[in-house]
Amino acid sequence: MTSDMHGILPKSSLQRLLDVLSVRGYRIVGPMVRDGSVVWDTVRSVSDLPIGWRDQQEPGRYRLEQTDSQEVFGVVHGAQSLKQFVFAPREPLLQIERRKEGFTARPTLPQSEKVAIIGARACDLAGLTIQDRIFLNDAYRDPYYASRREGLFVIAVNCTRALSTCFCVSMETGPRARSGFDLALTEVDNQLLIEAGSEAGRDLLSNLSLSTSSEQLSVEAATRIEACAQSQVRRLDHSRLPQALYEVHEHPRWDEVAGRCLACTNCTMVCPTCFCHTVEETPDLSHQQTTHVRLWDSCFTQEHGYIHGKNIRPTIKDRYRMWLTHKLASWIDQFGTSGCVGCGRCITWCPVGIDLTEELPALLSPGIQSSTAKRQADGNSRRVEG
Amino acid sequence: MVNPYTIHPATIVQKIQEAEDINTYRLQLVDEQAREHFRFKAGQFNMVYVFGVGEVAISIVSDPDEPELLAHTIRAVGRVTKAIAGLQQGDVLGIRGPFGQGWPLEEARGRNVVIVTGGLGCAPVVAAIEYIFKRREQYGSIKILHGVKTPHDLLYRERFKSWGRFPDTEVLLTSGQPDKAWHYHIGVVTELFERVTIDPGNSIVLMCGPEIMMRLGVPILMRRGIPETAIYLSLERHMECGIGLCGHCQMGPYFLCKDGPVMRYDRVAQWLGRTGV
Repeated sequence: MTSDMHGILPKSSLQRLLDVLSVRGYRIVGPMVRDGSVVWDTVRSVSDLPIGWRDQQEPGRYRLEQTDSQEVFGVVHGAQSLKQFVFAPREPLLQIERRKEGFTARPTLPQSEKVAIIGARACDLAGLTIQDRIFLNDAYRDPYYASRREGLFVIAVNCTRALSTCFCVSMETGPRARSGFDLALTEVDNQLLIEAGSEAGRDLLSNLSLSTSSEQLSVEAATRIEACAQSQVRRLDHSRLPQALYEVHEHPRWDEVAGRCLACTNCTMVCPTCFCHTVEETPDLSHQQTTHVRLWDSCFTQEHGYIHGKNIRPTIKDRYRMWLTHKLASWIDQFGTSGCVGCGRCITWCPVGIDLTEELPALLSPGIQSSTAKRQADGNSRRVEG
Repeated sequence: MVNPYTIHPATIVQKIQEAEDINTYRLQLVDEQAREHFRFKAGQFNMVYVFGVGEVAISIVSDPDEPELLAHTIRAVGRVTKAIAGLQQGDVLGIRGPFGQGWPLEEARGRNVVIVTGGLGCAPVVAAIEYIFKRREQYGSIKILHGVKTPHDLLYRERFKSWGRFPDTEVLLTSGQPDKAWHYHIGVVTELFERVTIDPGNSIVLMCGPEIMMRLGVPILMRRGIPETAIYLSLERHMECGIGLCGHCQMGPYFLCKDGPVMRYDRVAQWLGRTGV
């Protein structure tokens, strides 16, 4: 690694990085504490960041707690991934105006805004790479996504603490950010080891005129990231996918998990890779103008499987099976990668704590429902009440 | 950059009533440049748009060699198609397309073609039939097997009759719930297989209709020696984007809007008939 690729930024100088970004015209977005969780929002100063906060995540449970540490990036993540910055939850596609003879349709491409995101995790980067593959490098290129993507500057943070719901190691996406970032930070006590991952990142780094990283700090950072990897308790064995999941279409476990699933769509909303959307027509009152708007959709909704006269997926069982089979299996056939990055959000934000790292092995084990599976199921529902 | 969401206005040049709630609309793109660029293959579809209402995926039934005048046969069953039914000659619709993979009509050249359709599923396959008859000498024998529930559901009655007058062509109709005037076969469409001779080595099968018809029909055809790689199905799922992004039209690993709607049987065999797929 050449010296212009990395350096040391004392934590007390983090504001300098933000200032340089501001001067370069970036709106800086980072994690901010709100309503007992963190959300992405515009950061003006370092003090906006969740200093001293940590998140605890478990199936169906998210809690923030304040510590007396000076950790800036102690919160791993909230419900939001990077998805919303490129695949907007609500994207007007066309503005259509009635004319004397018919109508005219004008594309409403978003202005390419320069946004610097600080605090993205390796799993988030993996999610972004998958979304790029879908929206930019498939049969068609989505110009709305492309416009938003163009202005993005990503500052990743390598994880030095794993949540109980994390399983990025088994999905080979983290905890260290390997690619897809402009800058990556590792927080080591009072220092930030900073590394460039792109030309833009390198350029910005050289502007900060930082002291060169010491061998000792690099080793310490690597040790902490490795310790984080070692501490992950969940894993997903995807070695037999996609075929193994295709083969268990009639497994009784689908009925069992459907008994717990509420079809609330949370898992698809928080997933960094889910891309289903619907298009809504929103005419004005005079019916002279109408906007063609794209909205996030979910395969858990009633309408998703609708075709005239019938519903392909009328039951929750059908929908959970659709989601999991797509996410972990057919995604591989479609895009050459799993649709799961191991961030664990679907586990945390599921109101009843359904855990895909538990569901997959249960589905891939022989079909008779064991007493263990039964007990696990009961345990899961109790956890909600508790 | 090409914007795949752009909608092009198209004027309804002619509206032809096919049945009580079914019309064929002949459309001309308003923009001259869009008209020149619009080229399609039989079996492809357009997203048809109504101002202020929305879009719906509809197969193109006109001839690909006359792309300047498009035709769609549309039954008023849903929100958008009911709005379309209210439009008249001279009104303007929107067109976005063409999308998807069409019928393998190049591959079928020089071979016998067996067309199996059921109910209203015949609209997408009409494009293929018309295409073949315009180039009749390029194809072997043609067999059209069409099943309807009731005689009332028989669209294009005159066309079926006229197709039957082509040389080396058989048209067989059947109804599951016939009335007294019905003088064709009685029963389901798969029963018609027994009434035709098929040269399994040199035939290609195009199927379109309810999935159950295809699921039950294909094994019978395969028992007759037709390889599964010679059987093509036009499949249907809800489609919103047409470009493989909205996620609704998935069938197993496929997006039917971009990988289909016409799929070779062996590619989808394991997904057909699976509940919830």
